[in-house]
Amino acid sequence: MSQTKPYRVSHLDALEAESIFVMREVMAEFERPVLLFSGGKDSIVMLRLAEKAFAPARIPFPVMHVDTGHNFPEVLDYRDHRVAELGLNLVIASVQEAIDSGLVRELPDGTRNRIQTPVLLAAVEKYRFDALFGGARRDEEKARAKERMFSFRDEFGQWDPKNQRPELWALYNGKHHPGESIRVFPLSNWTELDVWHYIAKEQIPLPSIYYAHDREVVERAGMFYAVNEFIVPRDGETVETRRVRYRTVGDASQTAAVLSEADTVEKVIDEVAATRITERGATRGDDKVSEAAMEDRKREGYF
Amino acid sequence: MSQAVLEPESPAARNMDLLRFATAGSVDDGKSTLIGRLLYDTKTIFADQLEAVEAVSAARGDEYTNLALLTDGLRAEREQGITIDVAYRYFATPRRKFIIADTPGHIQYTRNMVTGASTADLALILVDARKGLVEQSRRHAFLTSLLRVPHLVLCVNKMDLVGWDKDVYDKIADEFTSFAAKLDAPDLTVIPISALNGDNIASRSENSPWYEGPSLLHHLEHVHIASDRNLVDVRFPVQYVIRPQSTTVTDYRGYAGQVASGVLKPGDDVLVLPSGMTSKIAAIDTADGPVDEAFPPMSVTVRLADEIDISRGDMLCRPHNAPAVAQDIEAMICWMDETAPLRVGAKYTIKHTTRTARTVVRGLQYKLDVNTLHRDENAPELGLNEIGRVKLRTTVPLLADEYRRNRTTGGFILIDESTNRTVGAGMIIEAS
Repeated sequence: MSQTKPYRVSHLDALEAESIFVMREVMAEFERPVLLFSGGKDSIVMLRLAEKAFAPARIPFPVMHVDTGHNFPEVLDYRDHRVAELGLNLVIASVQEAIDSGLVRELPDGTRNRIQTPVLLAAVEKYRFDALFGGARRDEEKARAKERMFSFRDEFGQWDPKNQRPELWALYNGKHHPGESIRVFPLSNWTELDVWHYIAKEQIPLPSIYYAHDREVVERAGMFYAVNEFIVPRDGETVETRRVRYRTVGDASQTAAVLSEADTVEKVIDEVAATRITERGATRGDDKVSEAAMEDRKREGYF
Repeated sequence: MSQAVLEPESPAARNMDLLRFATAGSVDDGKSTLIGRLLYDTKTIFADQLEAVEAVSAARGDEYTNLALLTDGLRAEREQGITIDVAYRYFATPRRKFIIADTPGHIQYTRNMVTGASTADLALILVDARKGLVEQSRRHAFLTSLLRVPHLVLCVNKMDLVGWDKDVYDKIADEFTSFAAKLDAPDLTVIPISALNGDNIASRSENSPWYEGPSLLHHLEHVHIASDRNLVDVRFPVQYVIRPQSTTVTDYRGYAGQVASGVLKPGDDVLVLPSGMTSKIAAIDTADGPVDEAFPPMSVTVRLADEIDISRGDMLCRPHNAPAVAQDIEAMICWMDETAPLRVGAKYTIKHTTRTARTVVRGLQYKLDVNTLHRDENAPELGLNEIGRVKLRTTVPLLADEYRRNRTTGGFILIDESTNRTVGAGMIIEAS
């Protein structure tokens, strides 16, 4: 069957090499890069890649958390622990502060996904960040399937899908005028399964909510939401304790858990390999609103 | 943290190869159906994606579930039923992970095809068995050879609609093979398929007993790509210099980059360009520790035995095997900008490996008709999606190889200095 292959590079090694290349390009060509860090698994993998790209030096840029105020405590603990461990400079762009100062208004339904975009853009302006690393992957969502590795944004942070720069070979065009910026997606070519394989290979610790645990939940539109300060059971909803884990970690008021027995990384890999529903479809109330929900948010400056 | 150990035969095996391929063709050729079929047969289409596509198809009154909607994600694409841009799709089998660059086939999208082909190991071209080769098939084959995609697959689709007639297939295969030979095209495989019914996609079909080759998926899984890499010519473009400002790591100076070609080993003599200084490789570092050798596409950090002034844009190579250090470049250029044509005398920013310079267009030798391969030597300019042979002069030397020998050190992009748009893709023919 397979012969001895000299100089073999596995798909994970090839993906890692590409992501590291992209991070180094950005560091070499931009003045003020920043890495968006949500405490989710993709941004955790990004942080590991940044660590590896610049070793033995420290990660040479700050990380920014756009904090909706709707957090899982396990994730905030993880964030603070990692930031201290790596000696990073953490910038927090707070949606709550932006509401208090009148920059944005709380939406009637209390969700904060949409209003975090102006908060992000205000922080970019304040700190004059010119390159923003994001952990988005093209396999996540169909609008993202058409994203570039280097995604140009105008001075309003907007994405224009019909006016994207062609990307050839590994020659990324990061040129921009003052006020404009580039969103950079080093994980563009990774899939959810690749991310989990990498987490296993690198033995990267994750916030505990990514693994199966017992939690009080309510079932809402076929999804299981944790009962907490943001999600209060409505009339007719029953609170029950189920064994769940999170496939994605977003705004705690909008991210649902999935029923799962996977309490180790290898069990998660088996589960992800067998699942028939995309991670956003399974867990994100915000992407179900319309056929082009993600495209619309990206046009406004979302990641 | 627990450690995961996976069986190599597990479908979730993490030790796969990576193959990137570009697809070209129009909706009529059944390209979207073929991609949908590949995703479906490898269990990559998820239930919620299929549900969403079914719902949209039903709402639009389509007679069947339109799998093109899986790849056409933008609002304008759905509304107009067209594909605007390169879409990237992913699937995996236990042997390989695949990245598909799905590019629209119309002439105005040469730009996208060139973009998708630039990183592809393999190009997949579709023809409709009822129509045979059309202008577009020849154009796609030409672009594949221009971009030096090492493997080419022609899928003769809709074989069910010609009754699986071997003569129809043979005629198309022969015609394409002789055309491809003229192009100096790479390794070519021709496969009769029906994307709609799944014949010869995931497994050999009983409908084509006369066909003795592999199914498409089998071919994609087994085509030998490891030796497509250039492992002979050592080229290491320096991306970034790592110098920790730390009290624990002192005197560290490493040159970070991705190996473009060749194999680097500690102890090797190196020539540094453009300075012409020589040294030895002291160590090749990664975050996981030093390695005995580095080869493409590894991202590593090289340390040298001597203190030499080296910065981004410089290149490490071997003393007796070096690229040209050249300011005069002849190249084929594909023009990608709709707002202004390429003109003789115009100045652009040129990005080549990790080196960025300015360049002026000294001459346009000819414009090439991608359908007839006719050369128009009187063309005054290159417009959007046009391809021509151009002479450039750069402000600083490029460390360049012929594109046919090295896709990384032979390719470049041109950037408009006022709009910052990427306006051209170049493939070096000669550098001096």
